[in-house]
Amino acid sequence: MIELMQGPHVPLVFAAVAAFCVTVYVLADGLDLGVGIVFLAAPREEDRDLMMASIEPVWDGNETWLVMGGTLLLAAFPAGYYVLLPAFYLPIMFMLFALIFRGIAFEFRLQATRFRFLWDIAFSAGSLLATLCQGLILGGLIEGVPVKDGLFAGGPFSFFSVLGLLCGVGLVGGYALIGAGWLIWKTQGPTQVFAREIAHAAVILTAVMMALVSAWSPLAVPEVAARWFALPNLALLAPVPLLTAFVLVALWRGIWEGPEPRTLLLALAVFALGLVGLVVSLWPYVVPRTVKVWDGAADPQTLAFIAVGLVIILPVVLSYQAHAYWVFRGKTTVHASGYGAPH
Amino acid sequence: METSALAVGLARAQFAFTVGFHILWPTLSIGLAWFVALLSVLWWRTGKPVYRDLMRFWMRLFALGFGMGVITGIVLSYEIGANWALYSRAVSNVLGPMFMYEALTAFFLEAGFVGIMLFGEGRVSKGAHSFACLMVACGALFSATWIIAANSWMQTPGGAVADARGIFHVTDWWQAVFTASFPYRLAHMVCASFLTGAFVVAGVSAFHLWRGQHLIASRTAFSLALWLALVLAPTQIALGDLHGRNTLKEQPVKLAAMEGLWDTTKGPAMTVIAWPDQDAQKNLYALDIPHLASLYLTHSWNGEVQGLKAVSPADQPNVPVVFFAFRIMVGIGMVLLATALTGLVLRLRGRLYAARWFQFLTMATTPLGFLAVLAGWTVTEAGRQPWIVYGHLRTADAVSPVSAGAVTASLLIFFAVYNILLLAFLWFAARVALKGPADTSPPTREHRGLDRTNVESLPRAAGAFEQAGA
Ligand code: HDD
Ligand code: HEM
Ligand code: HEM
Repeated sequence: MIELMQGPHVPLVFAAVAAFCVTVYVLADGLDLGVGIVFLAAPREEDRDLMMASIEPVWDGNETWLVMGGTLLLAAFPAGYYVLLPAFYLPIMFMLFALIFRGIAFEFRLQATRFRFLWDIAFSAGSLLATLCQGLILGGLIEGVPVKDGLFAGGPFSFFSVLGLLCGVGLVGGYALIGAGWLIWKTQGPTQVFAREIAHAAVILTAVMMALVSAWSPLAVPEVAARWFALPNLALLAPVPLLTAFVLVALWRGIWEGPEPRTLLLALAVFALGLVGLVVSLWPYVVPRTVKVWDGAADPQTLAFIAVGLVIILPVVLSYQAHAYWVFRGKTTVHASGYGAPH
Repeated sequence: METSALAVGLARAQFAFTVGFHILWPTLSIGLAWFVALLSVLWWRTGKPVYRDLMRFWMRLFALGFGMGVITGIVLSYEIGANWALYSRAVSNVLGPMFMYEALTAFFLEAGFVGIMLFGEGRVSKGAHSFACLMVACGALFSATWIIAANSWMQTPGGAVADARGIFHVTDWWQAVFTASFPYRLAHMVCASFLTGAFVVAGVSAFHLWRGQHLIASRTAFSLALWLALVLAPTQIALGDLHGRNTLKEQPVKLAAMEGLWDTTKGPAMTVIAWPDQDAQKNLYALDIPHLASLYLTHSWNGEVQGLKAVSPADQPNVPVVFFAFRIMVGIGMVLLATALTGLVLRLRGRLYAARWFQFLTMATTPLGFLAVLAGWTVTEAGRQPWIVYGHLRTADAVSPVSAGAVTASLLIFFAVYNILLLAFLWFAARVALKGPADTSPPTREHRGLDRTNVESLPRAAGAFEQAGA
């Protein structure tokens, strides 16, 4: 087993697994963060009850992928963990505060009577802030992190960049789009109409911000420009932005017609393409432009130990998570038990 | 960047505060998850409505605590990297996989089934619902197992060697997970959660008995909880004794701090209470019982126990903190045992549900388990100082190169946010708890019996009530 874990291909496999976990996190939690982002825009109290109920049974599982990503990073690419986390100290802490508020709103909102609007705000603002923080981290990653002697060497605010802000707003649009797609699928009546309307705004925001980020990153970061515009790459990579543009157009045109899950699926596709673009820009670094995946990986005996779990348990996890979605298939109704007071 | 002593102190304060806050919720939810699972199986197998009422009621309280556990736990998994970068660098090969397995085997299991547990009644069969409850309960237990394995490795490291740069490499996974103190710590922690849960159930049920409401459900729960407490309280004390003897062997300095023992002594006395003066390296105002510590630590009249002075003052933990925290925990253990025994006496006399003073007593014990858990963890963690990995890595050498300002800011926010959370939780949990379970059991006739919960439905009214409750 340990012999298997030596050689240059091994970190690649673990990098792929880590990328997979990040993707699942972004797609799954993007869905409920997105519902949170558009939450306050909903016109009626009943819409908000329904929106909340549609994600109640699954949000915890979605957010667990964040923990999975963090611990997998620690176990497989420790350098990424102990350099990047201090580097993004403030946005990470604020993301955590935001997740606290929105997580707790799931529980307390239904219990509250007079001050329910406060929990509405906590839920929506928490979702928004968490998303912005994730965008700041993403932008900071593309810009790069100051490192000396294998440790983070910047100050508390060196994470900040214009690119990060652009990414933050872009993620807000993108998550809102996924969330709206989910609501189109899971709700009906006025709530669904609201979801379709908000999806329009979200598509526009996403498209504009994707364009801005794509234009800004090569300008701000020469390495990214070199990666995309060097000659064979340019031809090889051209399909990524083209396909993205195509999916965005399809999204725009299909919001009012077509099968109900369509908006959600296309929104997920936009995200997957965005992540491909990110991998192209960052490859092959764990810590951007200082630590490569081959240098940042854990010991072979550690990798061997976690490989057992990943191979055997991860598929089981995915299957029962899928099962949980299946149990709550169909249009959402407001629940009578669980967190809330019986209605 | 130079990391100051101030930054170390702040990072420690922040971690101690956030982990101490977190541990309250797993303690509650490990206990309640198993209690709910038990109720759901009873409801599935017996079909008695009282079990369904209790299951729904305790599930709501479990849900509130569980949510608090999840959000405060996510903080910890990122805080370790953000605040303790050098620690993460040193131990990632060993502890990284344990944290990852915790997410993989425990958190996903809980998260995957908690939706079905809380919202799935009616959508899935009763058996499948019980299964989901059981999976959530197992997940809570697995989580405790991995996290205790990680913590125990920090207390009594094994199965790994450090290289010249201080980075640990695993030589034997079995030894790294099953370290010397792991079985004791795990058993003692799990039993602590069950015991705390039992007294929460007993306390809330006592409130309803006192108010004279939801009688059938409350009697059932009260009786069940006190039976559990009767088994768990002595077990916890026995496990604590074993745990302490293991500490004597593995971390003698910590044990000496717990006992307040400064000089290496043959046949040491038990110090009931004292003021340990660390500067003078002796106890003031000590009340001692001769030879008693020798008896429970070494099981002999004149066994030798190492004192604190065996190491230089710089290598000693903060003795008063460890000393008093230990006494708080043990004191609470004794109070809980006494309460459980009193319950037995009342039960045998047939007055378990009638004695109002006993209802007050059990209500008063509700928070004690949590206090004991906090005290116990203070003993464990403060007693390990000045090491973060015992004997290998000093806490002062483990922090991140982040500025004291950033840590202060986040510490203050955590402090404010967690206090708001706690108040909100107490407010909502109290509302649910005080409202009590729906009592849809049909009117009953009591039989005289050991616990008087073997009630029987009156045939006439039963049909109507079953409809109302369905
Ligand atoms: C309901 C909670 C509770 C109660 C009643 C007790 N404990 Fe405890 N104790 C814990 C909850 C706890 C804990 C919070 O769960 C700790 C912290 C770490 C651990 O595994 O358990 C702990 C740690 C702990 C340690 C720490 C040793 C180490 O870390 O090296 C010792 C020696 C004892 N306990 C001994 C006792 C004794 C002799 C008790 C007799 C009354 C007792 N405990 C009651
Ligand atoms: C696997 C679980 C745990 C890990 C990895 C862990 C790790 C740590 C770390 C990194 C520190 C900071 C260094 C120090 O000051 O000692 C610490 C301190 C501390 N931890 Fe833990 N801990 C764990 C469990 C707990 C729990 C459950 C509690 C519950 C209360 C706790 C209470 C404390 C306290 C009170 C301190 C401060 C000790 C002092 O400053 O003297 N720990 N622990
Ligand atoms: C003895 C100490 C600890 C025990 C027994 C424990 C146990 C648990 C349990 C049972 C849960 C599930 C939620 C709940 O039931 O409330 C939980 C949540 C969590 N704990 Fe802890 N924990 C401990 C300390 C820590 C530490 C030190 C960390 C940091 C690595 C941590 C990380 C987490 C995380 C990330 C969650 C969220 C899980 C989710 O997303 O579902 N825990 N913990």
